[in-house]
Amino acid sequence: MLEIKCPHCGKRSQNEFAYGGDATIKRPKLGEEVSTKDWDDFVYFRDNPRGKHQEFWHHVSGCRQWFKALRDTATHEIFNTAKLEEDL
Amino acid sequence: MTGTFRTTIESNLINKSKIVNFIFNGDSYQGFEGDTLASALIANGVHLVGRSFKYHRPRGFLGVGVEEPNAMVQLHEGDKSEPNIMATEVEITEGLKARSQNCWPSVKFDIGEINNILNRFFPAGFYYKTFMWPKSFWMSVYEPIIRKAAGMGVAPIKPDPDRYEHNYEHCDVLVVGSGPSGLAAALAAANNGAKVILAEDKAHFGGSLLTDNVTIGNQSGQEWADETINHLKSLPNVIVKNRSQVFGYYDHNMTVMFERVSDHIDNPSEFTPRQRLHYIRAGEVVVSTGSIERPLSFGNNDRPGIFLASAATEYMKVYGTLVGKKPIIFTNNDSAYKAAIEFNKNNIKALILDTRENSDGDLVKEAQSLGLDIKFNSGVADVKGRLKISSATIGKLNSDKDSFSDLEEIECDCICMSGGWTPTVHLSSQAGNKLKFDEDLDAFVPNNKRQKETAVGSANGSFTLKQSLAEGFQVGFDLSNSITSNNKNTTVPTSKESSYQAHDKFWCMPLPEGKKPKRFIDFQNDVAVSDVELAVREGFRSIEHVKRYTTLGMAGDQGKTSNLNGLQHVSNIQKKIVPEVGHTTFRPPYTPVTIGTIVGREVGNHFQPTRKTPTHNWHVENNVVFTNAGLWLRPRYYPRGNETMSDAVNREALNVRKAVGICDVTSLGKIDIKGPDAAELLNRVYTNAWMKLPVGKARYGVMLREDGMVFDDGTTTRLSENHFHMTTTTAQAANVLSHLEFYLQVVWPELKVNVLSTTEQWSGAAIAGPKSRDLMKKLFPSVDFSTEAFPFMGLVETEFSGIHVKLYRISFSGELAYEVNVESNHGLFMWNKIMEVGEEFGIQPYGTEALATLRIEMGHVSGPELDGRAVPYDLGLQGMVSQKKDFIGKRSLEKNAFVDPERQTLVGLVPVDKKTKIPEGAHLVENDKASLPNPKLGHVSSSCWSVEYNNPFSIGVLKDGKNKIGQQLFAVYPLKNISIPVEIVSSHYVDPKGERVRV
Repeated sequence: MLEIKCPHCGKRSQNEFAYGGDATIKRPKLGEEVSTKDWDDFVYFRDNPRGKHQEFWHHVSGCRQWFKALRDTATHEIFNTAKLEEDL
Repeated sequence: MTGTFRTTIESNLINKSKIVNFIFNGDSYQGFEGDTLASALIANGVHLVGRSFKYHRPRGFLGVGVEEPNAMVQLHEGDKSEPNIMATEVEITEGLKARSQNCWPSVKFDIGEINNILNRFFPAGFYYKTFMWPKSFWMSVYEPIIRKAAGMGVAPIKPDPDRYEHNYEHCDVLVVGSGPSGLAAALAAANNGAKVILAEDKAHFGGSLLTDNVTIGNQSGQEWADETINHLKSLPNVIVKNRSQVFGYYDHNMTVMFERVSDHIDNPSEFTPRQRLHYIRAGEVVVSTGSIERPLSFGNNDRPGIFLASAATEYMKVYGTLVGKKPIIFTNNDSAYKAAIEFNKNNIKALILDTRENSDGDLVKEAQSLGLDIKFNSGVADVKGRLKISSATIGKLNSDKDSFSDLEEIECDCICMSGGWTPTVHLSSQAGNKLKFDEDLDAFVPNNKRQKETAVGSANGSFTLKQSLAEGFQVGFDLSNSITSNNKNTTVPTSKESSYQAHDKFWCMPLPEGKKPKRFIDFQNDVAVSDVELAVREGFRSIEHVKRYTTLGMAGDQGKTSNLNGLQHVSNIQKKIVPEVGHTTFRPPYTPVTIGTIVGREVGNHFQPTRKTPTHNWHVENNVVFTNAGLWLRPRYYPRGNETMSDAVNREALNVRKAVGICDVTSLGKIDIKGPDAAELLNRVYTNAWMKLPVGKARYGVMLREDGMVFDDGTTTRLSENHFHMTTTTAQAANVLSHLEFYLQVVWPELKVNVLSTTEQWSGAAIAGPKSRDLMKKLFPSVDFSTEAFPFMGLVETEFSGIHVKLYRISFSGELAYEVNVESNHGLFMWNKIMEVGEEFGIQPYGTEALATLRIEMGHVSGPELDGRAVPYDLGLQGMVSQKKDFIGKRSLEKNAFVDPERQTLVGLVPVDKKTKIPEGAHLVENDKASLPNPKLGHVSSSCWSVEYNNPFSIGVLKDGKNKIGQQLFAVYPLKNISIPVEIVSSHYVDPKGERVRV
């Protein structure tokens, strides 16, 4: 069980959080013309790196804030967490 | 009798003043308080305790603790019965009942032993070879026989009556194991101000200090251990736990510990948990788990009476029990001489066989000075005595150690063997430590750590007391100081111990000429030297493959005594060095853990939280049958008299169609949405338009995922310009809130909106049926219920007896309907008032079954249709999709696959005979007799008994459904050989124009 530092609340056990996927993915702007390939990349395709991964987490049983974490997918080491407006 | 095999030197660790009675295999025995089942049986001369897994060979005790591979017993009876318990880990209590397992009719005469005689038909991997054909035999013949023959004990079939608990702890330093290095680390860390937890698996603290003749400061090892433990217990920053095994090391220094709280107590209080699971998040973990002695391999080395030498010593020193009175000590190192010296103290002269040419270690010299017979360059070739050893064939090893000479038979009643020591690296390895092979020790030791874990003492390959203490104190100080920065150092005491000479790397004896007795490596799984050789000969190279093919190192003991010998043998055969062969993965749990402890208190009604609505008790009083909707308990139906479920459901549904019904809708998700951009948010998450929704009006909305699939639906009401009340399905309430939060926080942080779950704040009752308006008029006389003043999808706020009430004119049943919402604490009061006033209109409560009937008849989609595979078009919701604005998932709807005219779309289904109910999940096919694979055109999602037409009705999805109305297909359910001819109709079976809700 991981120990995750919520940037708003501090260190908490993993069971308070929900994983939210790749944090480098940007949703296309509303109303914007999007090619099928770009849209498919946004909806379906994700890198599956071994090593550092920027990802979203949701403090779902806590402050209910979404935030970013930099985690090693092989070792589960979490190098840093940050509020959404901050850099990791 | 407490046994004739007791030492003359008394142990102070068992209580000889308290006799404990227990029963083994139906016979009564006595032991002392503090005895384990193993020590008490051995004291009574009982060595035959079980039968081996594969060959059903008679087996006794090998070890004294968690390393025990043989002595597994079935403990207790009835609902407390427990299989596969290591007799070495059970402390006896008054009246304890235990019996042997994996034997029939008895442990002395076991029919299954025929496997031993037939052993050449059961080679390594025999499961994979033997039962392959004929194929049809697998299910009917082989599998039932193997199931019956396999396994050891029998699982109880009744619920576990005991109580188990979970506990969460945080500490700076967790010390696992209370031997000299663990005590030193705990003491140093505690003195330096760290919060320390010290865990010991055994009942007694001290580890090797309990059995070694050493001096620390001016005390004996045991005295120093006692004093240190007492000091640690007195400190407020230290938790000391015995009978507690840290069995798992997970990510981010999360360790899990299994505590046997009351297993050793006679008649514990019913409020004391039997066992406890501790989740310990430690800043630093000190792995002082010690080491486990390795067996030697020689002919029939599994016979009862053959022990690890360290176990024999511990039985004598800790439990005052003699494993025999005519011992042979058989070793390749100095440590086993301790057993000989301890036997000598009890006036028993042991014969010592040492595979080495010589040794001048202190213990060897002491044995020589005691006049003990020591034969160097010697070993055991074979033993006699099937149920208990009676003699050993010993001989001289030649210079290449590949044959014996001068064989002679020596009478003996036990053999105490030692093949060297294996550091217990399990926790370090579980923590991600990359182990390295230590050539001097012939074993793996921790090397590169990934987590905050530090091995000390013999777990780290440091086998002298001096080194163990030095490491323990240093590591305890360093680790604690990185947390507390107190700089309070503890002085390392001086110590005295015996010197040791190097061990012999030779452990696998040659076979005596002309004989082929089995030489076991893994006792629990009956893996012999020849099995490992066979596996390699058959081409298994990777140690992981050899393990799986031979089952070496599997099962309950996970190869604690056998793994290293096994992989050394593989590397010998392959002529490789051990590090090239590598080791198998160490996985938690280190020792078996009861399922009860893992589950804890989360059993029965505590399995998950139960959410009850404010009117829960009213439902109970009115003979409700509940259903689980997520965590919620929702009324399913309310049977009256002798009604069956379908009687009750049909009555409830018909009453809504003809008169008026009331349904508890509190569990529907409710989200309060506030802010200047609230309408804009709705516009982006729903497929339809929201900007122009007037205040006081509700609208039905459908939301999609980004991939275009329908995610959820519900009505949302504009309470004021910037304030909305959203409802979601019961199932998706939590997910919809997270979804909204994601878009508000991550994607569109510029939107000024707040969302908050208000599901529990409101108690909701749906009042549905043609007479609902009359009822409402009477209940709220001040409200104008005319369609002009209060139209469909309208909201009216009013007061009732001083209570604020929100009335929504919305409908899921398709009838004229209202929803009465009050604050939760007034929910029951309001419900009772509605029932009171509704009596004259014939009001009846209806549950989720009737609700389902009503919505299916109307063709309203719900959970079974919103299965994550449907785009709005599939469900006839394309009219809800705005062409003018963008929203979540809209771009996906342009994908070719989603505009395919042949997509499966929503239809209604009526059985041709108008009688047979169509099972949900049935497939729709054109020809039910077609050969497989029969093309599937769609499936049935929801079924009901139509109370309007008095025949079964279902909805489902069907390929090109719109163009198939009027056609006949088959609903097939091959699992149950069901095939029903069905007619395709519109999904809007009742009131297709939707007039009733608008009257």
